[in-house]
Amino acid sequence: MTDGDMTSADTPRIAIIGAGPAGIRAAETLVEAGLRVTLIDEAALPGGQIYRQPPPTLRRPAKALYGFEAGKAEALHSSFARLRSAIDYRPETLVWGARDNRLLLSSRAGNTEIAFDKLILATGAMDRIAPVAGWTQPGVYSLGGAQVVLKHQACLIGKRPIFAGTGPLLYLIAWQYLRAGSRPAAVLDTGSFAGQLRALPRLARQPRTLLKGLYFTAALRAKGIPVLYSALPARIDARDDNLVLTYTRNGRSHEIAGDAVALGSGLKPETQLAEILGCAFDFHSPSRSYLPRCDRMGRSSLATTYIAGDTGGIRGADAAEAGGALAALAVLEDLGRSVPEVRKRQLLTHMRRAEIFRSGLELAFAYPAPAIAGLADDTVLCRCENVTIGDLRAAIPQWNITEMNRLKAITRCGMGRCQGRVCGSAAMEVLASETHAPIESVGRLRGQIPLKPVVGSNFETKAAS
Amino acid sequence: MYSPRFHRIAETDRPKIVLTVDGRPVDAADGDTLLTVLMRHDGWVRDSEFDGQRRAGFCAMGACQDCWLTLADGQRLRACTTVARTGMAIVRKPATHD
Ligand SMILES: Cc1cc2nc3c(=O)[nH]c(=O)nc-3n(C[C@H](O)[C@H](O)[C@H](O)COP(=O)(O)OP(=O)(O)OC[C@H]3O[C@@H](n4cnc5c(N)ncnc54)[C@H](O)[C@@H]3O)c2cc1C
Ligand code: FES
Repeated sequence: MTDGDMTSADTPRIAIIGAGPAGIRAAETLVEAGLRVTLIDEAALPGGQIYRQPPPTLRRPAKALYGFEAGKAEALHSSFARLRSAIDYRPETLVWGARDNRLLLSSRAGNTEIAFDKLILATGAMDRIAPVAGWTQPGVYSLGGAQVVLKHQACLIGKRPIFAGTGPLLYLIAWQYLRAGSRPAAVLDTGSFAGQLRALPRLARQPRTLLKGLYFTAALRAKGIPVLYSALPARIDARDDNLVLTYTRNGRSHEIAGDAVALGSGLKPETQLAEILGCAFDFHSPSRSYLPRCDRMGRSSLATTYIAGDTGGIRGADAAEAGGALAALAVLEDLGRSVPEVRKRQLLTHMRRAEIFRSGLELAFAYPAPAIAGLADDTVLCRCENVTIGDLRAAIPQWNITEMNRLKAITRCGMGRCQGRVCGSAAMEVLASETHAPIESVGRLRGQIPLKPVVGSNFETKAAS
Repeated sequence: MYSPRFHRIAETDRPKIVLTVDGRPVDAADGDTLLTVLMRHDGWVRDSEFDGQRRAGFCAMGACQDCWLTLADGQRLRACTTVARTGMAIVRKPATHD
């Protein structure tokens, strides 16, 4: 056994993956307790998704970047700045795999491995996608991607983009585009107005967040931007100078033209590492997806591994901060250290409220499962391998497929470079509806290493030498 | 003919950098990703290896892997997470359609 493999109760090796709200608060809590942590993030700068920072040459003030959340963004960034010298921070470092208690890292400097005794997964989420025929064309972006282009690059994906999908980010990002000088062609929500009304009592548990949501909708409407419910996108075609989105609403087909499309139906936790490590997962019926099993503080089924923030289910940025701190307290408890009981109780209360709010969001903005079952055969489902829904519909009965990984092996859907991050949710829906089986019985795509293609870039080192 | 473009809204006073795209010089601002450079230049990133249709990324956050491209020296880079540098030479497959 080498030195690096030795576990010591006095200096446990703690790794945190993800420098978003959850990962930063986890690191802070552990540093306050006198421990040393390694914080790894693929991005060049800390902040995660919501508090993402642009490259240093872009200098807009926090208010312009983060709007209502500017104060929280600045608080998180300055907490990180205070922590910086007390932690082993590894930016621009991808964790592309894991084996037992070792993480496989890739950065410009090359590939390395590090060993850990405790690991906090704070890997966040990405957009959850419901595909539409024609969505692989240039000009169609994920909803979160449209926001990244705005925040990180000070650019718009279009001057008249169509926002389609569902979820609170649909309204937030359409409003951010409006404020940035774009004129959204429309906001098309697959969810129904009745569903949003039903969810109101639960959403009212976080009144500030609920009010912001209502405000975005009102502000868009006040500018004459159509905001429509129960609008199910069917296809996107390039026509003249436009992308034309065809959607059905109340049984009738309509068209709307714009110069770009942003698509997103909620968020999908980035759970591949939990899976590769062997964490147990449970089916979560409100989101129709499998999530890593964890207790209230973020303990996974493995004694070494903890889950924080969006990785364990989508509860938003404030809950990600609380969840990061809680996961760190769980680590401390499990290492036999004392934890501040009052703080722990406050954090648990915060999480309980966030849980109710989350159930409200899931009610108001459900993943559009029925719309996917109705998509045309020529709709590409898997962008990486160009597999269509028709390909799946043909293969499922032919090969008697009932499980996601067999579907992948036979059709290549989910086998490409993105590992099914983008197509996974929709592929589950197609398999369930074609086999008339409950969604939980089709299982889920299993992640494989490398989780993402390892970036072979050494451009800067080369240019410098 | 529809052609997608990114439009700058601010931050226009950054230092200029120059790279090449398919042999032609293209201006960019320091801090632009390769995705931004291409979406401000002519609106596409790569040809799909399956059907030859153009692609221009999708997630812009390093998740979907739909924006990998190649430099003249053979390096493979993810356009949406790589900041452009002077001297980079992006080579896409020769366009077969317009
Ligand atoms: C594109 C996008 C935009 C969003 N915008 C908003 C918004 O405006 N308002 C709002 O309220 N909520 C927004 N959300 C919801 C948001 O996810 C949460 O509010 C919050 O960011 C969650 O924090 P987190 O710490 O759990 O994860 P994140 O903030 O997502 O941070 C996760 C971090 O982990 C890193 N990471 C992941 N996998 C790896 C790996 N294998 N190796 C190395 N690093 C890795 C990522 O680079 C990232 O920095 C957005 C979500 C997305 C996906
Ligand atoms: S656009 Fe998705 S990885 Fe670059």
